[in-house]
Amino acid sequence: MAGSSVSVDISQAMAVAPVSAGDWLIVAPSILTLLGGSLCLMTRKNTQAQPKIGLIFMVLLVAANIGLLARVLDKGVITMVMGNWLPPFGIAFTADALGVTLSTIASIVALCAALYGSATIDNTGRRYGFYPFLLLLMTGVSGAFLTADIFNLYVWFEVLLISSYGLLVLGNDRPQLDGSVKYGILNLIGTNLFLIATGLLYGMFGTLNMADLATKVAALENGASGTLATIAALYLLAFAMKAAAFPVNFWLPASYHTPNIAVSAVFAGLLTKVGVYALIRVFVLLLPGSRAYMADLIALVAMATMMSGAMGALAQGEVRRILGYLVIAGIGSMLGGVAVGSTLAISGAIFYAVHSIIVMTALYMAAGVMMLMGGSYRLRELGGLYQASPAFAAVFLVLGFAVSGLPPFSGFWPKVMLVDAALGDGRYWLAGVILLSGFLTTLAIGRIWIFAFWRGGPEGTADGTSTVRISPIGQLGSAALWLPIGILTALVVYFGLQPEWMLQVVSRGASGVVEPLGYVRSVFGGL
Amino acid sequence: MRTIIFRTIAPYLAALMILFSVFVLLRGHNEPGGGFIGGLIAASALAIYGIACGVASVRRAIVFHPMSISAFGLFIAVLAGLPSLLLKQSYMTSQWLSFRFFDVNVDLSTPMLFDIGVYFVVVGSIASIALALEERESD
Amino acid sequence: METGLSILIGLFFTVSVYLMLSKELVRMLLGIAILGNAVNLLIFTAGRLTREVPPLIPEELYTPAVQTANPLPQALVLTAIVISFSFLAFLLVLAFRAYQELGTDDANEMRVAEPADEQAPPQGY
Repeated sequence: MAGSSVSVDISQAMAVAPVSAGDWLIVAPSILTLLGGSLCLMTRKNTQAQPKIGLIFMVLLVAANIGLLARVLDKGVITMVMGNWLPPFGIAFTADALGVTLSTIASIVALCAALYGSATIDNTGRRYGFYPFLLLLMTGVSGAFLTADIFNLYVWFEVLLISSYGLLVLGNDRPQLDGSVKYGILNLIGTNLFLIATGLLYGMFGTLNMADLATKVAALENGASGTLATIAALYLLAFAMKAAAFPVNFWLPASYHTPNIAVSAVFAGLLTKVGVYALIRVFVLLLPGSRAYMADLIALVAMATMMSGAMGALAQGEVRRILGYLVIAGIGSMLGGVAVGSTLAISGAIFYAVHSIIVMTALYMAAGVMMLMGGSYRLRELGGLYQASPAFAAVFLVLGFAVSGLPPFSGFWPKVMLVDAALGDGRYWLAGVILLSGFLTTLAIGRIWIFAFWRGGPEGTADGTSTVRISPIGQLGSAALWLPIGILTALVVYFGLQPEWMLQVVSRGASGVVEPLGYVRSVFGGL
Repeated sequence: MRTIIFRTIAPYLAALMILFSVFVLLRGHNEPGGGFIGGLIAASALAIYGIACGVASVRRAIVFHPMSISAFGLFIAVLAGLPSLLLKQSYMTSQWLSFRFFDVNVDLSTPMLFDIGVYFVVVGSIASIALALEERESD
Repeated sequence: METGLSILIGLFFTVSVYLMLSKELVRMLLGIAILGNAVNLLIFTAGRLTREVPPLIPEELYTPAVQTANPLPQALVLTAIVISFSFLAFLLVLAFRAYQELGTDDANEMRVAEPADEQAPPQGY
């Protein structure tokens, strides 16, 4: 400290080795989005500048994430401690393959949403802060994926939660307020449960650093001791609430269809997956003993989630609400991976998360275009979209196949891995339910496609004699609408046809959490 | 609430409280105080001024929208962590700049910049809530 | 000391769960406020309690001379208090707006986003 004349050896408490600029990429996602978000918030009244600032910072965010991904794949897990204070005292940010993959995909999706939002968010929405909130949401999401401190993870959860509240009430109309109340209260209770569990964990181990915790939990002789099981159960409930798993999933279909469609798209892509990520991080990295102990329960929750999601989707007549239930069905598959817990299963869960982030966002965006073309979200009032735009119908079909897990699209490979892992673990029921929910999802998507696209016109009109004017997609004009959908669909097709690269990345991510040695060494080893 | 005594005193009281909040902000590094508590004091000063003289005059007095003030604070708080990039140290590592200014030792530091950022964030966000609630009441 | 506080925390949780099980939004929010306080007390207790020894290091030393109170839970609780305070403020405003717009604070009657008389999806054409 300035002014102190006593010289003291600080290498016990502080990192003294120089930090290369490349390591700064770990904090770059959070810093960039914070800077961009605050700049956007300051210039909130300038509705023309908002999309430009937002897009510039989103592009920077994607660039930083890709740079970080390249560095992690090249050098392995990298760590940076805030303020040079050594872990476990300083707050560490650690980028491993799991976190950085999800962070990269999330930033690409957010860039697409920012672009899409420039077409669907009007000036009022911009003044109320769509772009600042979106950027701050990404601060929370990136921070959650990259932090190595469990209390810090809680803080990032809250950052993304408060931004999501802002986005959710953007238009301030009646259904939005209704949905926000349910979303708000249940998610706040969820994060409080997370905090309770974290407090108990701190009381037990006296540390909050994940690498430190992983070591200390592993050193504890009986991994599934009573207190630890209680903590694990609390974490399970908290993250299940965040991820919308079965008994506590009702807030999702109640709220995701209420905000602007660009907001729904981001939420469907990102928020629940952060919950799944936290579940993988805590259960596989920190509490592997408790995960094994609770594996049957998690498998049960996973199956119930998949079935309730798929059947809920079949019972709905509104496109956005069908998609909301499909989000839930996907969460079930990822939980199935956590229940099995082998490297293959976790790889499958991570790949499924990547796939689900992309495809759910793209589907909501496509639903927004359907609304613009056909003037409604209700299946009964839609029809004839295939005639209006065969290309768009084909894109929707691709996305639909992907979300159902049919080859040759991105949903196929993670499902194969999950089913394979479940069979290998002797969980035949889980494998069966994964396949069954895929089948039911196909039915739900097929229904949307047949009614909204294939038939000639809305209910009550004879085929081909529709009197409702369908705006062809060409007339919607704006590249801001179809470019994001195009990018995401291209990713879906690419990961379906060329999965090798992604398979490598996710298996590195999975083995990184199943065998946390590299993670621990990165945090406590040479910096 | 709007007695003549209160209306006469409030501007002076608010000015004094803002001065005090800056004092609390600056002594915060080694003694009790800091950006958060200073910001709360300043925000309560604005709230008192608003109760006495009306929300419109507060909004005129602070020139910028409270949320913009908040965003500005966030901006400089994030910037405060960046100088250590040039010195090959981690994010948020504190940097000190000490010099003599007319026989007085002055220590400037990035934690202080961060604290100033926190101060603005708290002033902005609490003032925006307080002013919005006061406005609703006077409708 | 820890035992007494643990019992108090248990009471807080009981009260908050009871309130959150109510249908009325205002009661739920009160429950959430108490839940937040319960959590803060829990973290505070989990950090072990030491009376009357603030974690201050004398000027000439680099570590505390005697065993002091644990400063980390205090920092955590401070963070959690700020967060739960801002969330509670937001939720109160939200509940108030919802009450104005929907005309009810009964969660069972809030059916605008999910109408009770929703049509079934079309079965075939």
